[in-house]
Amino acid sequence: MDFHLSKEQEMVRKMYREFAETEVKPLAEEIDEEERFPMETVEKMAKLGMMGIYFPKEYGGAGGDVLSYAMCVEELAKVCGTTAVIVSAHTSLCCAPIFEHGTEEQKKKYLPDLCSGKKIGAFGLTEPGAGTDASRQQTTAIKNENGDYVLNGTKCFITNGNVADTFVVMAMTDKSKGNRGISAFIVEKDFPGFSTGKHEKKMGIRGSSTCDLIFEDCVVPKENLLGKEGQGFKIAMMTLDGGRIGIASQALGLAEGAIQEAVKYTQERVQFGMRLSQMQNTQFQLADMECRTQAAQHLVYAAAMKKQEHGDYSKEASMAKLFAAETASDVTRRAVQLFGGYGYTREYPVERMMRDAKITEIYEGTSEVQRMVIAKYMGVK
Amino acid sequence: MKIIVCVKQVPDTSGKVAVNPDGTLNRASMAAITNPDDLNAVEAALVLKEQTGAEVIVVSMGPPPAEGMLREVMARGVDRAILVSAREFGGSDTYATSQILAAAIDTIGVEKDDIVMCGRQAIDGDTAQVGPQIAEKLGLPQVSYAAEITKDGDSITVKRMLEDGYMTIKVKTPCLITCIKELNTPRYMSVGGIYECYSKPYEIFDYNTLKDHRFIDKDTIGLSGSPTNILTSFTPPQKGAGMMLEGADKATCEKLAGILAAKHMI
Repeated sequence: MDFHLSKEQEMVRKMYREFAETEVKPLAEEIDEEERFPMETVEKMAKLGMMGIYFPKEYGGAGGDVLSYAMCVEELAKVCGTTAVIVSAHTSLCCAPIFEHGTEEQKKKYLPDLCSGKKIGAFGLTEPGAGTDASRQQTTAIKNENGDYVLNGTKCFITNGNVADTFVVMAMTDKSKGNRGISAFIVEKDFPGFSTGKHEKKMGIRGSSTCDLIFEDCVVPKENLLGKEGQGFKIAMMTLDGGRIGIASQALGLAEGAIQEAVKYTQERVQFGMRLSQMQNTQFQLADMECRTQAAQHLVYAAAMKKQEHGDYSKEASMAKLFAAETASDVTRRAVQLFGGYGYTREYPVERMMRDAKITEIYEGTSEVQRMVIAKYMGVK
Repeated sequence: MKIIVCVKQVPDTSGKVAVNPDGTLNRASMAAITNPDDLNAVEAALVLKEQTGAEVIVVSMGPPPAEGMLREVMARGVDRAILVSAREFGGSDTYATSQILAAAIDTIGVEKDDIVMCGRQAIDGDTAQVGPQIAEKLGLPQVSYAAEITKDGDSITVKRMLEDGYMTIKVKTPCLITCIKELNTPRYMSVGGIYECYSKPYEIFDYNTLKDHRFIDKDTIGLSGSPTNILTSFTPPQKGAGMMLEGADKATCEKLAGILAAKHMI
């Protein structure tokens, strides 16, 4: 596999890195502490094309590629897990399903505002009773006399929920058909009968918005059906495949960020008359952290490149997410340990990185779900 | 209307500065960046482009790898780039460089509505000479140290920032303006700009392109034609940490007077 980055990819990474260091890093601690959505950062990212990186220019995208999107999430996560997931959920879970499954009219109507960041996107699949078992959807979509759909139900843990304008939402159009009775819809926040619930207080990624979506006789025009009736589950699973590349990139960035901090700190901190970095334990810990993280980067980039080439990348995306997420948790935990007591305080960023890392093992498919997908592709039954 | 901006690739002097035995900078061992003041000039040109629809062209003199820097500048929104590059031009000092850049700019053509912009100075030589010398060669009015630029028709009002205050000057186009960091904050490259920059027009002006220009005399270009000789170069000793006295009361003033008197400064 060729991991040689193109000139454009090298350049775009440089830009993300400068942007992350200058605009994102200084806010990371504050938005975590205050649980504040960094709208000002989203506006800046929007101007630079970071809210529609790999979509064609004709739909308002920046005309980049999937790897340059993955690198964007990675570079943001190095300094701020929250900012990274805002871009990831918006891009992978809302722009991508509309681009990949929408009609020409739907793409022209929704993508330019989403890709230019004028509007923020979100995705509604999870329900209180349908987490990993996503097929147990209770939200219903019943056709009315005009042929439009009336949605009723509640979605939960929706990233970008309180700030999004456009949602891709799954609902049951025919309960008797199980998975094949689920359909996907594009919902606008101003549709009557749609509202959002309270902000969830979370362990990590505390600046990101997470809330319920509530549908009370919410009328969705028939032209907002995404794909065909009954294709919702398939669209959701395909969307999550792409989403996993985003979350894997977020996890990768968190691990890289923690290593950077740990290398810097251990070269400064003196105990027993020597720098921590001179001690073999520190060197061995950092070497292990680096190896795992580099391996994760290879898996993430391989998955992104396979998606770019339109291959079946489900297994690669699951492997990337599983490995990168578990690496992020491991590496950030080790970073806190290397910092000792200071690492446990909010004076240093590694405790935030450790809190942010945990969610990457849970959302957009838990690590257990990733193992199920990988085993399925291995033909293990 | 055209805005021609001169940019230079320089070694990043914010890190460790390496010097060759002959006193010149060891550029190969240092990271290359776009000269910071030049990015302020590019930003000013892009703002004027947004206001007027002007075409923005960047010109740089340097070795072929400077293309990367020029592509990055185009990723910020510049329309086209010209690299002036030839062995004959290598080693030029500010005097020789100004002749060559003036010839290149004159070849592009400076018309009535046009503006030439430069950064105040490059962080490698810190001379601040090239911009003014280009203006002299081209016979253009020049305004240096621009901290604010306002365009109204064919006249431009420039607020110059000097050591002891500001000076506001009104100048007619065509003219040359040198820009300082207080003028603006350079924008980032955009993702869309990056994916477009390799398809934007990019030209190389080599020796053959410029050799017949009236400014080009082979005896006054390149290392051999440069009147500047570097006798020695060294890192100046670090200044000691300053002392801060806080307070506006009489006791603090007396303390300050005492310190100055002890140093025989008053």
